Amino acid sequence: MKPEKPQTPDIVGIPPHHKRAFGLVDARFVKPALLGALTRLDPREQAKNPVMFVVFLGSLFTTALFFIGLAGTLDAPLSFIGATTLWLWFTVLFANFAEALAEGRSRAQAASLRAAKKSVVAKKLSAPRRDAGITLTTSTELQKGDVVLVEAGDIVPGDGTVLDGIASVDESAITGESAPVIRESGGDFSSVTGGTRVLSDWVVVEVTANPGEAFLDRMIAMVEGARRQKTPNEIALTVLLVAMTLVFLLACATLYPFSLYAARAAGGAPTSLTVLVALLVCLIPTTIGGLLSAIGVAGMGRLMSANVIATSGRAIEAAGDVDVLLLDKTGTITLGNRQATRFLPAPGVSDAELANAAQLASLADETPEGRSIVVLAKERFNLRERQLEEMHAHFVPFTAQTRMSGVDVDGRQLRKGAADAIRQQVLEHGGAFPGEVGALVDAVAKQGSTPLVVSELASGRARVLGVVELKDIVKGGIRERFAELRRMGIRTVMVTGDNRLTAAAIAAEAGVDDFLAEATPEAKLKLIRAHQAEGRLVAMTGDGTNDAPALAQADVAVAMNTGTQAAKEAGNMVDLDSSPTKLIEIVAIGKEMLMTRGALTTFSLANDIAKYFAILPAAFATTYPQLGALNVMALATPASAILSAVIFNALVIVALIPLALGGVRYRPDSAEKLLRRNLFVYGVGGLIVPFAGIKLIDLALVALGWA
Amino acid sequence: MKDTMLLQSAVYLGLLTLLAWPLGAYMKKLFEGEYRWQARLEAPVWRAFGVSPGDEMPWPRYALGLVAFNALGVLFLYALQRLQGVLPLNPQDFSAIPPDSAFNTAISFVSNTNWQGYAGETTMSHLTQMLGLTVQNFLSAASGIAVAIALIRGFARREAQAIGNVWVDLTRATLGLLLPLATVIALMLASQGVIQNLAASVTVPLVEPLVVKEAVVDAAGAPQKDGAGRAVTRDRTVAEQTLAQGPVASQEAIKMLGTNGGGFFNANSAHPYENPNAVSNLIEMLAILLIPAALCFAFGRMVGDARQGVAIFAAMTVLFVGMLATLYWAESSANPSLTALGVDPGLGNMEGKEARFGIAASSLFATITTAASCGAVNAMHDSLMPIGGMVTMLQMQLGEVVFGGVGSGFYGMLLFAVVAVFVAGLMIGRTPEYLGKKIGSFEIRMVMIALLATPFLVLLGSAIAVVSDAGLAGLANPGAHGFSEILYAFSSAANNNGSAFAGLSANTPFYNTLLGLAMWFGRFAIIVPVLALSGSLAARRAVPVTSGTLATHTPLFVVLLVGAVAVLGALTYLPALALGPVVEHLSLFGIR
Repeated sequence: MKPEKPQTPDIVGIPPHHKRAFGLVDARFVKPALLGALTRLDPREQAKNPVMFVVFLGSLFTTALFFIGLAGTLDAPLSFIGATTLWLWFTVLFANFAEALAEGRSRAQAASLRAAKKSVVAKKLSAPRRDAGITLTTSTELQKGDVVLVEAGDIVPGDGTVLDGIASVDESAITGESAPVIRESGGDFSSVTGGTRVLSDWVVVEVTANPGEAFLDRMIAMVEGARRQKTPNEIALTVLLVAMTLVFLLACATLYPFSLYAARAAGGAPTSLTVLVALLVCLIPTTIGGLLSAIGVAGMGRLMSANVIATSGRAIEAAGDVDVLLLDKTGTITLGNRQATRFLPAPGVSDAELANAAQLASLADETPEGRSIVVLAKERFNLRERQLEEMHAHFVPFTAQTRMSGVDVDGRQLRKGAADAIRQQVLEHGGAFPGEVGALVDAVAKQGSTPLVVSELASGRARVLGVVELKDIVKGGIRERFAELRRMGIRTVMVTGDNRLTAAAIAAEAGVDDFLAEATPEAKLKLIRAHQAEGRLVAMTGDGTNDAPALAQADVAVAMNTGTQAAKEAGNMVDLDSSPTKLIEIVAIGKEMLMTRGALTTFSLANDIAKYFAILPAAFATTYPQLGALNVMALATPASAILSAVIFNALVIVALIPLALGGVRYRPDSAEKLLRRNLFVYGVGGLIVPFAGIKLIDLALVALGWA
Repeated sequence: MKDTMLLQSAVYLGLLTLLAWPLGAYMKKLFEGEYRWQARLEAPVWRAFGVSPGDEMPWPRYALGLVAFNALGVLFLYALQRLQGVLPLNPQDFSAIPPDSAFNTAISFVSNTNWQGYAGETTMSHLTQMLGLTVQNFLSAASGIAVAIALIRGFARREAQAIGNVWVDLTRATLGLLLPLATVIALMLASQGVIQNLAASVTVPLVEPLVVKEAVVDAAGAPQKDGAGRAVTRDRTVAEQTLAQGPVASQEAIKMLGTNGGGFFNANSAHPYENPNAVSNLIEMLAILLIPAALCFAFGRMVGDARQGVAIFAAMTVLFVGMLATLYWAESSANPSLTALGVDPGLGNMEGKEARFGIAASSLFATITTAASCGAVNAMHDSLMPIGGMVTMLQMQLGEVVFGGVGSGFYGMLLFAVVAVFVAGLMIGRTPEYLGKKIGSFEIRMVMIALLATPFLVLLGSAIAVVSDAGLAGLANPGAHGFSEILYAFSSAANNNGSAFAGLSANTPFYNTLLGLAMWFGRFAIIVPVLALSGSLAARRAVPVTSGTLATHTPLFVVLLVGAVAVLGALTYLPALALGPVVEHLSLFGIR
């Protein structure tokens, strides 16, 4: 018995991964995140993020200036130092908050996973047989290699492989899918996951993971540890941000001697240290620096909202870079079952006669192919379904020996089967296999469909009635989807066990770029290696143990949750829905994460131009009042100008938290169009927005009488 | 006047493109050793120096060879200057150069800066000029070209361990490129009246005797003051002039072609013996940007996609035109202080400019010489309007990437391209790549070290200078202009330009030492990471181009690259520039 695969909806357009389990800034997470913002003030925590560490040190420095000011040595007016210091601390706290919020959301998702992971009673067997002696123990004490019995109503105590028995299992705790699945020994459906519940029958399971190492444990650890492991691109981006921070540190630090010189030459006072720290904090890329780790954690979380668990952050990043998608034909590209689409009668047989016979031969056939013949007969010739019992008909099921099925009714033997099986049967009974039928069979095969030949044996005379065309039905909208992927620069390769002819026809109909016919695990592995040798990144899905080598080789390897333990071990992501089209969604999430990083970096740097215009004239107000000409925003006073820039810099972090957590929307488009749009929104926008923002804050400060 | 400018610029850019395109094709073949005559020409060199041309070097060996070669050049040049008094070809009997000046000059010419703290015609013997300075003019230019070619190989090669052979590249750059071109240019210049001889200075009577005011000094040499504290002066009639002689045309050619800029005469290309007329002026301007422009096209050909080179060339041209327009705008407006004295404002700012060149040709020359790391001048940059001076300074501060120095401008621009691609690449949802090479954290680290080196030297050096007595001692103008002069000096040295805002007396131990260090590190703190970048890129496999790849040959990329250069440059230097030229400009025009 084959387990039911979860139904995959037809895909048209963007998959709905934007349905989120939680609102972006859910009130539930805000409170713990606020607390988290404070606990992260620990210098050891701060030192992990070099950009924000500079802000942290700057805040400490101005705080010191404030207390020195209280003691009488004023660097600047005390209220100004106080206000600036306050907002510098807010900048630190806002970045902490963003990070805590992203982690809180992911942690909640992990917690809902963890809920499935309770300590349960395990029936440990002394030998891998059902009737062996049972010792009761708890799941947390099970070691790798232990054998347990799980019976109807029991919770599977740990990840393992079924050694004996067959059972239906409710895996909804992990997958959210309510339909039970079948688990049995041997083959691709032999793995069980801890925390799932056996609904009927029993299985003997060998535990494959020590406590704390099980799949679920690793998923939770991954979610919670996301912040601690930086991905390669994150490291490279951090290098860039640190370098930019150094540039600004240099620009601000040398500004002090420059202002000493200017003050000596032109009079006035040198720039205060408070102003220099304020300028520094405004200039260094705090927006991206403060949100970078939140973006990474949120990417993980978004993936989880799509019911995919990544076992490495690196894999999500690689998903954005994927150039080649290996897609299984069945379930991904086609609906999974062939369907009857045409009746092609033999010479001297009418369409209706063929349809009638084919329908009768298929009435008892519960395979999807059989059902589709009955449906087609009804559609074309309005042939109603008849009850075999009423007709005293006898159903002949398909066997490996006869390679055909059919029905015996009214002294007629109606059979349908592969062309050569029917040919043999007809010739044995003295009938002829007309050349025209042979031609029909070839024509159907050439189109990539499967020909099914129908014969009748009545009163000792056998004759061929005609051919039924069974066709692989390509999913609606898939062609457009592949065109979209092509625009994104992603090649699609269809993988199928079909012969080349059939595969080529379906590949052409679906619009994939390439196909691998008669695919064996070795052929798959070879294909992946060939693409990688050309520098491409390959993504694939797989579920069987024989997929494991290919999964291990692929850059983004999504294992189906219904798949074997070996497949899950080999992949770097697990799709809890076991949906073969999920790959496309994963690629989009990977791209969104990278885009968000790029967008915020651009925005952060573009912001600096406006900040210079706000702060420079203010910083040199006494030395070079001429520089007031650069005060294009007409900010009220030097103090309000600097404070407005600092406040804007802090608030923009908060304002961009939703973007950091939600990600920049990815629309499948060419790189050129994406770049133009994002460059405009975040580059040009980043230039303009702060001018307006700083001016508004300045107006507010004036209105409140603080300027 | 505006029409003259437009015409001159259009002719200049047109000729430049026309000459650079085939030269780029030639360079590609030259450095890949594709010409049959090369073997015959080069074989004796390989034999003489024991170089095996097939011996490909990984980047550390390449870098070590190049740095050692240049360090030896510094030692040799230093020794030559110190010993010139006892060496031949010294008709004027110049004595040894003082140690600090010799140190500065040695680094200056080796690093392709050609900052000159001294006046050439009154300090350097013909031997020093020819065997020391001119030779280094060739070798420093060849070093820059070699690094650029090595970096291009990093992009062009796939999964390779080596980036070329440094000795082969240096030899080919010198023998195959610089020598033949310099010979042609020297002859062309000589045809226009640039002198070429080994004679001692000659004294000639003036056509029109001149009356000058001269300070009266006491026995100790201190200027005498009158009761009101003003210096006492007396009139002196000058009836004759000393004209220095020497091998000018040959040095002039490589001074331009190698973007060296160190003039035979202190007045540099404003001197009639160096640059007599409009034709020689055009030849010199073309010579400056010829190789930097051709490198773009050579790059395109070497990576197998000519459009890539055109895009880099386009980005440089866009920046160049913007800079030129700003500088010309500034110079064509009159200096209000001079207008107040009755000077016709319609002339524009003629202070410090040669009448035979005028505003247009002087603006063009000033833009070209600071765009490239040349530093030759045909007008006094100290007398440019504040905004005009800012343009020349900014071009240097951007890292000399608007065409830039031979080789150095190109590899500098590619550093910006990598940064632009890194940020923009993320915005299309892929990890960044350029020309099929992924930009990882090692690459970005090397790029940022190279890009940080010069701001570090410029800003820190200027900061030290403005707060130390030794730094302020040589300053003729206090205030914002004095600040501009110091900032200009460090920008020029660290970015290996070599031109000067003449108001600063920099031939002091303080400036000679500090600027010498700035020049050395401004050169090699970039070259070493660039070679490391090349080595790392060469080892990478290439990612195939798809429609999801960021195209780096499109107008959008040109805009992006220009934006990256402008934003990064502006962000680094805006505060410093605001305190120098911007304040000067606002004060001069009374803008509040």
